[in-house]
Amino acid sequence: MWDYTNSVLDHFTNPRNVGEIEDASAVGEVGSLACGDALKLFLKIDKQTGKIIDAKFKTFGCASAIASASALTEIVKGMTLDEALKISNEDIAKFLGGLPEQKMHCSVMGKEALEAAVANYKGEKAVAHQEEPPVCKCFWVTEKKIREVILEHQLTTVEQVTNYTKAGGGCGGCIPDIKRILAEVMHAQMPPAERPKMTNLQRIQLISQTIEKDVAPTLRADGGNIELVDIDGTLVKVRLRGACSGCAGAKATLQHLVQETLRQKVSPDLVVVEEN
Amino acid sequence: MPPRQVYLDNNATTQVAPEVLEAMLPFFKDLYGNPSSMHLFGGRVAQHVTQARERVAALLNAHPDEILFTSCGTESDNHAIKGVAEAFPEKRHLVTTKVEHPAVLNVCRYLAKHHGYRLTELPVDKRGNLDLDQVAAALTPDTALLSVMAANNETGTLFPIEKIGAIAREKGVTFHTDAVQAAGKLPLDLAKLPVDLLSISGHKLHAPKGIGVLYVRRGTRLMPFLHGGHQERGRRAGTENVPYIVGLGRACELARVELFEETNRLRQLRDRLEQGLLAAIPITHINGNPDWRLPNTSNLGFEYIEGEAILLHLSAAGIAASSGSACTSGSLEPSHVLMAMEVPFTYAHGSVRFSLSKYNTDQDIDYVLATLPGIVQKLRDMSPFYPKDAPRVVQTSA
Repeated sequence: MWDYTNSVLDHFTNPRNVGEIEDASAVGEVGSLACGDALKLFLKIDKQTGKIIDAKFKTFGCASAIASASALTEIVKGMTLDEALKISNEDIAKFLGGLPEQKMHCSVMGKEALEAAVANYKGEKAVAHQEEPPVCKCFWVTEKKIREVILEHQLTTVEQVTNYTKAGGGCGGCIPDIKRILAEVMHAQMPPAERPKMTNLQRIQLISQTIEKDVAPTLRADGGNIELVDIDGTLVKVRLRGACSGCAGAKATLQHLVQETLRQKVSPDLVVVEEN
Repeated sequence: MPPRQVYLDNNATTQVAPEVLEAMLPFFKDLYGNPSSMHLFGGRVAQHVTQARERVAALLNAHPDEILFTSCGTESDNHAIKGVAEAFPEKRHLVTTKVEHPAVLNVCRYLAKHHGYRLTELPVDKRGNLDLDQVAAALTPDTALLSVMAANNETGTLFPIEKIGAIAREKGVTFHTDAVQAAGKLPLDLAKLPVDLLSISGHKLHAPKGIGVLYVRRGTRLMPFLHGGHQERGRRAGTENVPYIVGLGRACELARVELFEETNRLRQLRDRLEQGLLAAIPITHINGNPDWRLPNTSNLGFEYIEGEAILLHLSAAGIAASSGSACTSGSLEPSHVLMAMEVPFTYAHGSVRFSLSKYNTDQDIDYVLATLPGIVQKLRDMSPFYPKDAPRVVQTSA
């Protein structure tokens, strides 16, 4: 059983502000039946003061989804829209005394519904998740969304990304993509460190070490493997074997992941190619 | 405290029968000898292990030497699948179904991923039934093992293992069935059933957790799982877990004696629960094959709401059930069984499994019928998908 706080259980058992506002100033809707959770948020906004004077919700979801929605409506009442937009999903979780890590996406859903409602009020198009093709097709999560969440919460593992966005939690087909995005975001965040000049031999050793220590263990954990074949100037030739060499798409992603890791750890001008 | 505690999660685990506990206790006290030892301490204990083996065999109408004690149903499944695969090193193909318990499915997938086996996972239809022609078509001379469960743990749907076993025999393929849910709930006559290997778990039939059985038909090729001493005739080394073996023996004896009467009583209770809920709660579906099911299992899909929320409300009211919803398991997709049956998303997440045992009473069912409809309506009233003009639950005056 999940380790829910008393506050989560209270907001689940006796949710505050359930229902609809007939003449709502703004409505925000996120999630779907297929996702397993959904939230529809109704806000009544005072035109003069710009304050939220009433908030109600309807939700489809588990205990933490219901509790998060209940908490959200309690938090935003009395706030101006600008204040409300500053609420993070952590604020919602904190209000409830915390949420299990695997349930953080419930609080993210609260934040997204709020953003959608405010956009709706301002006459903007609701946050259009459908515009770019998703990375995670099971839960329709885009690369943009994943990048935002990684940056905002300083995530470092695929598991964390799944907990926050659900991406990768369905068929798992996009996990290599999430790994790549993680590597790219983490790389981009690194200050362009002044790397000491290396001799050719040092560089070759470092490439070999990086593949052995940073890349190979991940692949081997999935039943695959990588082998360094040759280094020709900035061209790193590798052979990908085992479970990873099944389909062309996965291969391309892997090659990209290897390249990003090497660029980050060794030199930004390296190019990884696959040797057969 | 809720007014009543009602345990309807017996496909997850069952209460240890008082008779079983009583039978076990001496083996934690005076009867502590090692059954292999050449002295009276051992000899007295060995008799009881022998008796337990005979009792398990009697439940299955098998020979006692075909009964192998293991630590759990999962071990039995692992042993059967890996043990047969190793015994036929030249055969590189396994066949199973998409709706097996993870203890079978993940073992097969492991062999496919890490040992290069070809794996066929047979699909099921919307009621969870297999197509027997597909079973036959999947078996080739390269097939080492066919593993098909006797009864599904989530929906209770039964597979016709007699027919499936006959197909396997005709094709010369070893046949294993995971009968963890069927044993003790349905008659299993292995003198007639063409089954080579069959798994049982003690704690699903009122024995404790930590004991299981693998039935191995005489003459079946099977490599040992645990290597070491000569116990279990060299097929499963390790000093026998005597108290639990004795407990399982007693549980199987009880099940054999009570089987006919309990099956009928459970079916009536289950049907009353199911019919009562379907009458009170509109837009509700039975998951699985209602005509060909375990007598104790009912899996219902309530549209527009989510299973974990239902379970927690039930739990607060003292009722224990389970759900195939994603949120209860920590995964994000609904149960692989419901997905394989293509249960629509509208009620896959809102599915609840009720599984009864001999300890459930009419009063238990009355209490659930009085409690659950209100919970469903409360959750539907807060669901954005529940249409305003959709029918509401019928308040019963139980």
